[in-house]
Amino acid sequence: MKCIIVDDEQMARVIIRTLCDKIKSIKVVDEFSNAMQAIKFLNANEIDLIFLDIHMPDFNGLDLIKTIKNPPKIILTTSDSEFALEAFEYGFIIDYLLKPVGFLRFQKAILKAQIHASTSSDIKLGLEIENDFYVNIDRRLVKIDLAGIYLVKAERDYIEIKTETGNYRVHSTLKKIEEKLPDSLFLKIHRSFIINIKKIIDIEDNSVLIKKDVIPVSRSKRPELMKRLDLL
Amino acid sequence: MEKPNLEYVEELASGDESIRERLINVIKNEFIEEKEEYYKSLKNKDYKKIAENVHCLKHKISILSLDKSYKIANEFEHNLRKLNLDKVEDFEKILVVISYYLKTI
Repeated sequence: MKCIIVDDEQMARVIIRTLCDKIKSIKVVDEFSNAMQAIKFLNANEIDLIFLDIHMPDFNGLDLIKTIKNPPKIILTTSDSEFALEAFEYGFIIDYLLKPVGFLRFQKAILKAQIHASTSSDIKLGLEIENDFYVNIDRRLVKIDLAGIYLVKAERDYIEIKTETGNYRVHSTLKKIEEKLPDSLFLKIHRSFIINIKKIIDIEDNSVLIKKDVIPVSRSKRPELMKRLDLL
Repeated sequence: MEKPNLEYVEELASGDESIRERLINVIKNEFIEEKEEYYKSLKNKDYKKIAENVHCLKHKISILSLDKSYKIANEFEHNLRKLNLDKVEDFEKILVVISYYLKTI
């Protein structure tokens, strides 16, 4: 996949390029410190993917999205998730990455882009999504099946992972586990909660019922949650 | 006050010394430039520009794993959008800590 990077910060461009270099199927063809330069390039060149910073002075990432004709797939990069919500109105936005971007999260975004880019069912992606992971509990490494998790709750320096087979209290952060959980199943609906959207029983106003847990939904997260549900 | 570290940079470099060096050089150079820009905008009381400068510096703060400082910078950036300088002193303390740290690496 041919891609370009658009970000006013050199550090951010270097980071994305470094991450791209770790994945063979991605080739960075150019990078731009402002949206106008990128638009000129896009008018003359065909590419598959843009890593686009939303927050840039004068002409920002959202302005760029509204300007270009036949846009390629776009992965947004941002320090503020609030700006990303507006961008999700557009079908060609694949994902958004919160800075500083970690490699695992980056891999997931690339995987999404590759899936979107191909209509072939037997595509070889060269990336694998793990089905489980291990957590350290009282010096024991316990395997947790990802699909069995229905709720992750942050509690100070710990997280509580609730699964079909049991609950685990682990010294970690919501941010760390969020990087391990596939976006196709999980969604952070509140600063303290990540849920498995397939396990939702019902939604009422600003809360969801999962098993016997009633979980609050942040106002800012509700549009994304509703978008992810398979409504009749 | 929390101390900066290179955990994120090391993770990104995955043991490649040239990548590590490149990342550190960019962070050092860009931080100095952004800090100068910030003080210039502050002197001119250009709130929009100050908020933009803080936004860029905020990324450096997060790269250096300063989670609490990041929250302060974020709050400061939001205050600036409301033409309010609350948290300016806390933010500038962070800049001092980072400036000192970058001289040691």
